Amino acid sequence: MTSRINWFKYSSPASFYPLAGKLIPAFFAVASLLAVCGLYIGFFVAPTDAQQGEAYRIIFIHVPAAWMSMFLYVVMAFWAGMGLAFNTRLSSMMASAIAPTGALMTFIALWTGALWGKPMWGAWWVWDARLTSELILLFLYLGFMSLQAAIDDPRRADKAGAVIALVGAVNVPIIYFSVQWWNTLHQGASVSLTRNPSMAATMLAGMLIMALAIWIYSIAVVLMRVRSVILERERNSDWVQELTEQQS
Amino acid sequence: MKPPRLLDAWSAVVRRDLLSALRHRADLLTTLIFFVIVASLFPLGVGSDAALLRSIGPGVIWVAALLASILALARLFSGDYADGTLEQLALAPYSLTFLALGKIVAHWLATGLPLVIVAPLLGVQFDLNADALLVLMASLLLGTPTLSLIGAVGAALTLGVRGGGALLSLLILPLYVPVLIFGAGAVEASAAGLGAGAHLSLLGAFLLSALVFAPWATAVSLRIAVE
Repeated sequence: MTSRINWFKYSSPASFYPLAGKLIPAFFAVASLLAVCGLYIGFFVAPTDAQQGEAYRIIFIHVPAAWMSMFLYVVMAFWAGMGLAFNTRLSSMMASAIAPTGALMTFIALWTGALWGKPMWGAWWVWDARLTSELILLFLYLGFMSLQAAIDDPRRADKAGAVIALVGAVNVPIIYFSVQWWNTLHQGASVSLTRNPSMAATMLAGMLIMALAIWIYSIAVVLMRVRSVILERERNSDWVQELTEQQS
Repeated sequence: MKPPRLLDAWSAVVRRDLLSALRHRADLLTTLIFFVIVASLFPLGVGSDAALLRSIGPGVIWVAALLASILALARLFSGDYADGTLEQLALAPYSLTFLALGKIVAHWLATGLPLVIVAPLLGVQFDLNADALLVLMASLLLGTPTLSLIGAVGAALTLGVRGGGALLSLLILPLYVPVLIFGAGAVEASAAGLGAGAHLSLLGAFLLSALVFAPWATAVSLRIAVE
């Protein structure tokens, strides 16, 4: 037992703060390295698509951002739920730190999707099932953030945010399938997102490397934001006072 | 003195809320008139072409019902929150989940059911035929309780919060999407000759799952608000 690392040590904001500070540069370094590799492969190595020409290259940003937007919602709901269930402050801070990055990823996915849709489909926006559910996901992120911003007491804001995040998490699959069925009822398969089944190996590699880059970038940014949240919430505690005295 | 049984306490909550709703009849009418006005504005905006109205009618009536439901939700717990009744309910020796369900049921009877009854009149304005009107009523009958149930969570979360009304819409309207899709879809499917059975079954499924989870989530949210 004694040889094990006590992981719970880092569930305290006071000990997590310096740990996060040490990890952020490493995450940023790895993220930039991967992003450079991924973008190089995406823009210079990967072949031009037979059907879509050069415009397809937006998938190297679009697809990773879309994956990340959905994944971050699950992670956010998980930490919010942990905060609600175990009353751990850091979990709730983590959830509120993840939300803006998740919203940003959703926005990037929608924006790049529009840029891709214009040359491919001839329209900035179509009421495709994936587009619509991504838009609703953005609304869910915005709702979570606005609710937390509207409540002054941070403890109540954490708990209320957790309830709405979990209700949203339960609803996301229902919304997704509803929108898909609605879409198939309204219009035929005039627009299909399925690309060539045989995606070139370099394309896939570029996309996966970019996904990894965006993932690690998100971790770095969330850690930075959670550090700010910790300082803001714990500003009256001794260790933050000492920290600010040392730095001034 | 022995405290009353859970079911008696539950029906007392329902009766009290219904009585209080009847005493504030103007509030109920406001929601209903809002519903009628929103639906009546659409033909003025998009033109009075009968074919167009027939195709957008179900959707417009459903969206109007969604908005009217949101409007009514702001009052679901606010009065009890302001005068301390909510704290008494939370302290009562009964499951707050059941008491919250009682309040939601009373709220739906007072604000949701009138929408269902008035909807066919609006349907006539949109040139819907008798079959479509029946399906519209059935879909609203299954759908509006789900709206009240989901909305109650949002109403409990935004109690005493700045900008409550607009915030409530932002939180809850995205969650209403499935009900809207299948509610309006039921009418369209029946008009297209596909039969509304599948849509109505799904609406029923939403209602049952909301009935299980929403009162519980509402009770959790109410406890967060009063603690």
